[in-house]
Amino acid sequence: MLRKLFKFHGGVKPQTNKAPSTTAPIAPVPLPDRLVIPLHQAVGGHPRPLVQPGDRVLKGQRIGGADGSLSSAVHASTSGIVRDVAPALMPHTSGLTTLSVIIEPDGEDRWAELDKLNYRSTPPDELRDFLRDAGVVGLGGAVFPSYAKLKPGKEGHLKTLVINGAECEPFITCDDLLMRERAGDMLKGIVAMRHMLHAEEVLIGIEDNKPEAIAAVQAAIAASGEAGIEAVAIPTRYPAGGAKQLIRVLTGIEVPHGRRSTDFGVQCFNVGTAYSIFEALELGRPLVSRIVTVAGNVAQPRNYEVLIGTPMDHLVRLAGPRADTDRYIMGGPMMGVRMPAFDVPVVKATNCVLVGSPALFPPPPPEMPCIRCGECAKACPADLAPFEMYWFSRSKNFGKAQEYHLFDCIECGCCSFVCPSHIPLVDYFRFSKSEIWAREREKDAADTARDRFEFKNLRQEREKQEKAEKLAAKAAATREKVAAGDAATPAAAGAGAAPAKPSGDDAKRALIEAAMEKARQQKAQAAPKNTEVAAPEIQAEIAAIDARRESAAKATEATPPAPGA
Amino acid sequence: MNNSPFVRKAASVQSVMLQVLLALLPGIAAYVWFFGPGILVQLALASAAALAGEAAMLAIRGKPKALFLTDLSAIVTAWLIALSFPPIVPWWLTVTGTLLAVVVIKQLYGGLGQNPFNPAMGAFCLMIVAYPALMSQWPAAGQLDFATQLQLIFGGVREVDAITGATPLDALRTALRSAASPDSELHGLRAAQLMDGPAFGWLGGKGGEWVALGYLVGGLWLIQRRIITWHIPVAFCGALFASALVLWGLRPEGFASPLFHLASGGAMLGAFFILTDPVSGATTARGKLLFAAGAGVLTWVIRSFGAYPDGVAFATLLMNILVPLIDMKTQAPVFGHKKD
Repeated sequence: MLRKLFKFHGGVKPQTNKAPSTTAPIAPVPLPDRLVIPLHQAVGGHPRPLVQPGDRVLKGQRIGGADGSLSSAVHASTSGIVRDVAPALMPHTSGLTTLSVIIEPDGEDRWAELDKLNYRSTPPDELRDFLRDAGVVGLGGAVFPSYAKLKPGKEGHLKTLVINGAECEPFITCDDLLMRERAGDMLKGIVAMRHMLHAEEVLIGIEDNKPEAIAAVQAAIAASGEAGIEAVAIPTRYPAGGAKQLIRVLTGIEVPHGRRSTDFGVQCFNVGTAYSIFEALELGRPLVSRIVTVAGNVAQPRNYEVLIGTPMDHLVRLAGPRADTDRYIMGGPMMGVRMPAFDVPVVKATNCVLVGSPALFPPPPPEMPCIRCGECAKACPADLAPFEMYWFSRSKNFGKAQEYHLFDCIECGCCSFVCPSHIPLVDYFRFSKSEIWAREREKDAADTARDRFEFKNLRQEREKQEKAEKLAAKAAATREKVAAGDAATPAAAGAGAAPAKPSGDDAKRALIEAAMEKARQQKAQAAPKNTEVAAPEIQAEIAAIDARRESAAKATEATPPAPGA
Repeated sequence: MNNSPFVRKAASVQSVMLQVLLALLPGIAAYVWFFGPGILVQLALASAAALAGEAAMLAIRGKPKALFLTDLSAIVTAWLIALSFPPIVPWWLTVTGTLLAVVVIKQLYGGLGQNPFNPAMGAFCLMIVAYPALMSQWPAAGQLDFATQLQLIFGGVREVDAITGATPLDALRTALRSAASPDSELHGLRAAQLMDGPAFGWLGGKGGEWVALGYLVGGLWLIQRRIITWHIPVAFCGALFASALVLWGLRPEGFASPLFHLASGGAMLGAFFILTDPVSGATTARGKLLFAAGAGVLTWVIRSFGAYPDGVAFATLLMNILVPLIDMKTQAPVFGHKKD
């Protein structure tokens, strides 16, 4: 079975450190005192809480409902009592909190009533809703809601379904152990996905440093009798497990940044996701637990089946952390994120809790200037020129950084890994990306404000114009009336001693008069109040002046012929 | 607190520079063997000057001294200066050239990684313009003993014309020019015949060709160590060879052979150690080819038609100027955009 494999550019070969955690089978974890289940665990909208403090919940009961077009449900991982629905620290470097459901287990671990589904007889839309409500998300680390990816794309079918069992990050072995122990059930999940995607072939990519997993999957394929499914050993080279890199290795297709892989007839899922799809469809079990590797600075690295919401320190205690432990890293040493505390919960994205110490992960040597040696470009699996992007990021020339394809960077860490000047290149790129996003948000806000302002101007202009038109119409009407009056005037004037004024002047005058009268009325209605506080003598004076004005006005009013008379 | 990746390859600027220095050793060994240990004195002088200049500039600029003095980049510059200058230049010329390279061409532009020009070649060009006579006196292999060399380096009075000649490159060019003139006694002789003299070996200058071979060996080791890539040496040598081949093929009596060009002067040092300087050179694969090919052609043009004994230094500086443009225009397509 020799398949032509393709190479992706660059990549690195860090020490894998995988063997110690593969010696023992996946172990269960005793129930913790408390589960903290964040409602927002997947890419997309924040699920709404469906429970209140004091509620009794069963294992697998939905506690967070999918919200919006892209969102995934969240479930109680065990039976117990909801103690609180409140913000709690997220397993993220930022140290931010997120709305979480805190459950005190009752120790019974009793399942709610579970609905199974025959996927072959269920319409695709219903099937996707079912998986959304089962909380199935990508377990490779991206936690993208799986139902949204289970659409075959424009063509209605796919050429290749790629299953990612590469697991290229050092230390992590949860996928390896899953394939070794549960290949048969995982394969059932794959068959279901293949059915949904109408995929011609399925390629399961596994790095060749996992011969046991490859053998187990191959045996499961043979036992299932399914045709067109192949377990492919691929060269061990980080980041072969990046979705784009794996698709490239297996099919030769390069999916550009910002494009859907289904447009190219390919879709990619993690092996863990395949297994949870099996659990959801065939057992009716929503995603309430996952396999987590505990490795690094511990006495016995091992994989555990962990309930979502289990505090990390509860889990790590089982593996025997050493005394000099100073941090937990979620994920591997290449892309993992440092946890803000030891008791943050295990979530769906937690493939590994890497226990760190200053000895195991020493701080990087002092940063030196870039010497443009190009090692980073040689190592970049996205064919970028990191040292050029670094230059532009450092000088905050973000436009240029984008011209050099900053957003094609997958933040795999290869460039930082090889840099002889010890420059934290990925940090520069993360900074630039977030800076550009922030600016775009600002620009969007400014655009909205400008649009509003321009619309306001437009509206005011329009209103002014309408008013002017109205006034003009009114004036025309008045003019007509005046003209009608004028028709009588010449007869009178002809007899009178006073020379007849030109009728145009009269009309203008009439208009002015009309306007003045209107203003007077308005003024009378809303008389100025600022004189009210004045002293009585001043009040009297004001009254006198007003009276004089009044009489003067009356005098002028009497002169011309009363309009509309 | 640092972010991912939490692991790093054991690589450093220091180790890169150290390997470059190691790769120079075969060439230096051949140099000592054929031309005497005077070059070692020059290497020491240049190294000391480079470190002193670097230390002073780092102090003025408020940069961490220990970190930058141990990165060995100043030593690399110093060695390249010593190896490209004639071995018997007076001590103050080596020191001045090195200080210019480190202080002006490197540190004033921002230090390590910031200089647009190759410091060693910049110093070479400045010195050959300022002291053309001193910079053109090359002893023949085995001509001077160590005592004489020391006396020339540190002594006050020089009567060098009597004991040294021009480089083989220079000598051949002069000879070819006079051979072209009908009045000359050399008239009608071909390059191969002109190279019969004691200054010439079987390919280039006597002894010099072995030094070049030493640089070639060290350079190939650098490629094998993945410190440099093949692009620049191949493109430079290819372009130098090809441009020399054209006119030599047409008029062998008027021009030096392509192999003579490769084996002479600073060709090998330039191909593997100078043009490959990542700071001042092109960085993309296609850019490296263009950059080095341009330098190869320019080297041949300057050697054949110019007034200076060698063309590598000027060719390097001229191509250094073009590096930002070359790099910008030769960016390779990125993942997923290769067919655009």
